[in-house]
Amino acid sequence: MNSEAFWLTVRLATIVSFALVAIGIPVAYWVTYSRWRWKFLVEAAVALPLILPPTVLGFYVLVALGSRSPVGRWWESLTGHTLAFTFEGLVIGSLLYSLPFAVQPFAASFGAIDSKLLHASASLGHSPLQTFRRVVIPLSKAGLVTGFTLSFAHTLGEFGVVLMVGGNIPGVTRTISIDIYDRVQEAQYASANATALALLVISFVLLSVVYGVNRRAWVVGPWK
Amino acid sequence: MLSRLGFIFLFCASAFAQEITVAAASDMSAVLPEIVAAYSKKTEQAVKLSFGASGNLTNQIRNGAPFDVFFSADESFPQQLIDEGLASGSSLYRYAVGRLVLWVPNDSTLDLSKLGIKALLDPSVKKIAIANPTTAPYGRAAAGALRHFGIYDQISDKLVIGENISQAAQFVESGNAQAGLIALSHALSPAMKSKGRYWAVPLDAYPTLNQAAVVLSKSKQESAAQNFLEFVRGPEATSLLANYGFSPPEDKTPGARVK
Repeated sequence: MNSEAFWLTVRLATIVSFALVAIGIPVAYWVTYSRWRWKFLVEAAVALPLILPPTVLGFYVLVALGSRSPVGRWWESLTGHTLAFTFEGLVIGSLLYSLPFAVQPFAASFGAIDSKLLHASASLGHSPLQTFRRVVIPLSKAGLVTGFTLSFAHTLGEFGVVLMVGGNIPGVTRTISIDIYDRVQEAQYASANATALALLVISFVLLSVVYGVNRRAWVVGPWK
Repeated sequence: MLSRLGFIFLFCASAFAQEITVAAASDMSAVLPEIVAAYSKKTEQAVKLSFGASGNLTNQIRNGAPFDVFFSADESFPQQLIDEGLASGSSLYRYAVGRLVLWVPNDSTLDLSKLGIKALLDPSVKKIAIANPTTAPYGRAAAGALRHFGIYDQISDKLVIGENISQAAQFVESGNAQAGLIALSHALSPAMKSKGRYWAVPLDAYPTLNQAAVVLSKSKQESAAQNFLEFVRGPEATSLLANYGFSPPEDKTPGARVK
């Protein structure tokens, strides 16, 4: 197994899933409690990466990060290099790619909380933010764990976007899925198998965590 | 009604039987559709094209991909298939020599004619696109040329690796890499011609890119495949190839030493 590619991918998935907790919670909060008439449009936009071909996402990310786009030029003037073919570029692509895998479980668990609890908290003098921190978040642990784990697992297996914006640089953008692809193309099946098997086992373990966490929450009620 | 349907089915079946499927190296992605258009106009033969890095296509063929003909950017891949009994040795021939060029977009300030390959050492060049050296012959040629000029170690951390030579070309064409070692056939293609300029890497700097074609053993339409190869050898196809910078091979016999 290519351990350099493996740890690179784990690093990418870790950064992306923590960042998605930070980004996903406010987005999910807004999606759950907003009464805005056009909210469904935001929900659709957030869910887009679920159904978009990774090549569509990869294509637009590549164009947006390139030195011909305002974003790309701004980044270049800031750091002296373009975002495409860098680890930071992969982080940005992965954030978009895995966004619904964090936001949707978060929003589902926020939405499942009995509104009586929220009203009770408010009547006891808590501000909405205090209620969110002391009532909503503790009652949504299963959803938060699910969102975190799914975005981690989804980023781990990302291929199309990385193939298009990564540039296959060892130690920088060569992730395990790219490494598996290269090994298969070179007909080195034993090496491809070692990595593929590791990915298979890890994905299974992660999904088991997701289902395990949710089963407990489901059977015994709110998980603490 | 039924007999009519039957007729349509028969017609479809025969139309399918005539179609040949061609796997071709990515450096042919602009010229081969033109060759096929000319051929189909003349013979009404339908030809389906599938492009990729020669090494990737070789591996697909090993795994049973249903191709009739294989155009490789390098002789070694079809030779491997022949050795493994997957391609017909007698059908192998060189149809052209591919050229590697250093390409920069129009907005680049590098003077390629003065600097040559040394342009890559310029600090304005942050990323250099090449094809994957293990699966793409142009990638192998690029790595070979960089070593030949003794600058590989100096620029190796700037390399970005395209899955095939078309992707390497796209990396530099889109401005995401500031320079690329790509196929002359891409530099001369309508999509890139007006967007940048190139410096042809001297032929002695890298292993000759002998473009070679072969009929695959699994093909059920060997004669149709042979006819197409015959056409690619002919004057019309040769002149189309020349438009894209493919020169005729010095020695058409496979395995023969060039120079």
